Amino acid sequence: MLQVSRLTKRFGDLSVLEDFDLTVPRKGFTILIGPSGCGKSTLFNVLTGVVSKNDGEISWLGKPMLHVGKKSAYMQQKDLLLPWFSLLDNALLPARISGQDMIAATGKALGLFKRLGLVGFETYLPGEISGGMRQRCALVRTLMFERELVLLDEPLSALDAITRRSLQSLLLLLQSEFDKSLLMITHDIEEALLLADQVLVLSRLPMKVLEQFSLNGPKPRRLSDPLLIEIKEHVLQRLQEELKI
Amino acid sequence: MSWPRIVSLGGILFILTTWESICRSLGIPDFILPRPSAIITVAVSQAAILLPHAGVTALEVLIGILISLMIAIPLSIVMFAHPSVENAIAPFLVASQAVPVFAIAPLLVVWLGYGIASKVLMAAVIIFFPITVNLLEGFKSCDQEYRVLFQLMGAGFWKTMRMLYWRWALPHFFAGLKVGVSVATIGAVIGEWVGAQQGLGYLMIQSNARLRVDMVFAAILWLSAMGLGLWVFVGSLEKRVITWK
Repeated sequence: MLQVSRLTKRFGDLSVLEDFDLTVPRKGFTILIGPSGCGKSTLFNVLTGVVSKNDGEISWLGKPMLHVGKKSAYMQQKDLLLPWFSLLDNALLPARISGQDMIAATGKALGLFKRLGLVGFETYLPGEISGGMRQRCALVRTLMFERELVLLDEPLSALDAITRRSLQSLLLLLQSEFDKSLLMITHDIEEALLLADQVLVLSRLPMKVLEQFSLNGPKPRRLSDPLLIEIKEHVLQRLQEELKI
Repeated sequence: MSWPRIVSLGGILFILTTWESICRSLGIPDFILPRPSAIITVAVSQAAILLPHAGVTALEVLIGILISLMIAIPLSIVMFAHPSVENAIAPFLVASQAVPVFAIAPLLVVWLGYGIASKVLMAAVIIFFPITVNLLEGFKSCDQEYRVLFQLMGAGFWKTMRMLYWRWALPHFFAGLKVGVSVATIGAVIGEWVGAQQGLGYLMIQSNARLRVDMVFAAILWLSAMGLGLWVFVGSLEKRVITWK
């Protein structure tokens, strides 16, 4: 599991994270939800080593480390596909960079293309396909990292409702079929309730965990479930209170 | 034919017609200001004289372009990889452009002789600056998010350069190359004016001394055609290389 304790990050006088604690269970789906600008993306930047922490500990599978950048795959809101590479070449980037066997990697990528409905588009350039397909290709690339921990920073927020729903199903597939441990940021409470095993509601700066919900019901879930409706109302109220402070 | 092209051709035609009418109506002699029709006649009928000189100038320009590329590309990469090198070299780069080429042309002729070497160097000095500056700016303009993605994939500098920075900077590179090739002839011709035995610049000086202003204009016409040809070639190369835009 990913264990974060007493994590502190300051930018000058601005304290973004102060003694922040987080536990992401292995092969679980943890979702962080909080107000805009509360420091969620900074947390990911610290976790991946893009920015250094001021204090605190990070450990993965019990081993303390400075960051988990080399242990995690990262998918962002922007698909970050390289416009000059075909979809297949984009998906193969992690394999190419890490020096994997390219024949095996290509076989794996083509399998994922089939699984994610991208067959027939392997040679297309990113500029030639829709936003939803680009994001699916980014998901394939994320899977090609061959890392157990997957960090998802609002990966679906730029998509329309229908595409978002289909990609939510793919994220569930990611967890169940590929045995990944997922940590995701979202602004969408319904999305969090549909996907997560654990939802953490976050405060404004400096970011703290206000509340934590464990959702043990089977997936896929229905938003009409009375328990989910109750949690959703509660979380919304909590976030509104947080914004008023 | 597209509208911009029609407007462009119409403009040229208008200027030439006006020029021709003024020369004819005022009876301006050819050794003062030759008519466009006389210039075109000389440019075509004297092709046997103009062509060998144009060949020499073209050779100087082409070698100058090659040398400037061989300097500009590694230099921009080094300056991008080591900003301290950029800080150290930038004043010299700027100084190399602040000094008029006319000022250094006689020195280069003294040092390198009347052959093509001094002209090649003059052309290279003029071309390498826009390429270097544009390429460096292109590398720097790469989105931080893409850099982070490559960092997380574990890519080193050269892999990132090959797969990301270089291709990202290609539009900037071609912009610099277009500027470079369009002014490349200036360096070569100035070198030929100062001291040469061949080349369009040499022919212009010789013709001017004999009051063959029509031949001077014919040489200018050939030079313009050379610059335009290089521009079109670089433009078509850009279209072939940058297929994703």
